[in-house]
Amino acid sequence: MIPALALENISCTFISRDDRSQRYTAVKDTTLVAEEGEFVCVVGPTGCGKSTLLNVAAGLLLPSRGSVRVFGEPLAGINNRAGYLFQAEALMPWRSALDNIIVGLEFRGVERAEAAERGNDWLKRVGLTGFGGRYPHQLSGGMRKRVSLAQTFILNPQILLMDEPFSALDVQTRQLMENELLDLWSAERKSVVFITHDLEEAIALSDRVVVLSAGPETHPIGEYKIDLERPRDVSEIRLTPHFIELHAQIWHTMKEEVLKGYVQQQR
Amino acid sequence: MSSNNAKGKLRLYQLIVLAVFFLLWYALTSPTLLPAIYFDDANQAAFFFGEPQKVLARIWDWFSSGSIYEHLGVTLLETMLAFAIGTVLGLLIGLWLALSPVASAIFDPYITAANSMPRVILAPIFSIWFGLGIWSKVALGVTLVFFIVFFNVYQGVREVSPVVLANVRMLGASQRQLLRHVYLPSATSWVFASLHNSVGLAFVGAVVGEYLGSARGVGYLILQAEGVFDINTVFAGILVLTGFALALDAVVSVIEKRLLVWRPSAGETERSV
Repeated sequence: MIPALALENISCTFISRDDRSQRYTAVKDTTLVAEEGEFVCVVGPTGCGKSTLLNVAAGLLLPSRGSVRVFGEPLAGINNRAGYLFQAEALMPWRSALDNIIVGLEFRGVERAEAAERGNDWLKRVGLTGFGGRYPHQLSGGMRKRVSLAQTFILNPQILLMDEPFSALDVQTRQLMENELLDLWSAERKSVVFITHDLEEAIALSDRVVVLSAGPETHPIGEYKIDLERPRDVSEIRLTPHFIELHAQIWHTMKEEVLKGYVQQQR
Repeated sequence: MSSNNAKGKLRLYQLIVLAVFFLLWYALTSPTLLPAIYFDDANQAAFFFGEPQKVLARIWDWFSSGSIYEHLGVTLLETMLAFAIGTVLGLLIGLWLALSPVASAIFDPYITAANSMPRVILAPIFSIWFGLGIWSKVALGVTLVFFIVFFNVYQGVREVSPVVLANVRMLGASQRQLLRHVYLPSATSWVFASLHNSVGLAFVGAVVGEYLGSARGVGYLILQAEGVFDINTVFAGILVLTGFALALDAVVSVIEKRLLVWRPSAGETERSV
């Protein structure tokens, strides 16, 4: 089967604009594959180049070496079969929630009335009925994330790239959002690459967890199949013995890298 | 209710300041009320500083006879034209330079030079180029408004959040759609933020232009009165201009409030009154 997304031997080296001799290799020789309908979580210590990988997959960043294949075809320019959920606020502050949700449809030339109808449908699906006219600053952080979710899902992308999308939310909201994400995902079975530094979140959500080493020259150091049954409730599954077993196993690999990453940040 | 009360009190005090100002003006300039303190002749104070009752009478005269409206209309037209043309030019050139690093690098020293030049000095040249009609005043106003808008647009484009930009690109925006849906709204929000400034400067351009040579407009009225040492009319003109500027500013505030609803304002909460 052709994987939905394949990053092959990706290396990314950044060169300082002021001093050409200053180089930083964020990612080195990394291969990462997401099958069709698979939920892959990528975990790694902070500052290890996880976002760099995702930007490469999105087509926002050109890798120094290696290639990206989307459903077997080499990627050129923006990956238009993928949706991207960012860690930071990404909504347009001058557009209302509804207008933010339907902006992608607008770019594709969908008629306003039809777009609004589909937008309202998505507002309902993410539990924001009646909030369509609000501007982003009038919504809470969790609500804004829901709008972002709807904004991406309305275009029905086959691949979802998620860069710690819920890390800024409080624990309760976060678990609600994770469950909502799983619901949406199980209804439409997209391929997901979900980046996080939170191992528990990774195990609770995914089919497969990929562990990255500490930067620089980040590369995968372990891969674990998560055979927990679905549908899952992220707050309950954390208490099952198998979850704890998997957690201990992966943490054993990760611990050393986390410490390395921590030491590097101290410098 | 207490906040309403406090506001009323504030208004009262503000009115008292105004009244005291006019009373002092009257007392110090009236030829008959006080003996001349500084001047040799009792009439000299009134000659130099005018008399408030005569100034107000002049204003009343202007408005009741309707003769001022034509001049106000001309000044308003010049202000609006200068604002509109200056804004459009500033927006276009600001967008262009902000989105094209090469052009921006080439023109940077010239923009800086043109901005630091005292542009009011161009007024006589504009009179030669465009004559004594409204266009020489519009041109002066445009040179003042342009730079305010230009720098704000430049800033607005540069300040677009890279995450918003990346997000919109991922959602499938073409280059043109990026311009239309991201850069333009961001830039215009900065332009609106400087609306008070740019409308004010358009007004300054119009009045200064009229003052330097014209056949109509409030600046022209002042110029004429000065020519015959009619200080009362000069002050009347200044008061009318001030009131007019305040009215313009109030209109701008209303427009601003309408256009920038999406902007968070500190401490905004929903209340069911």
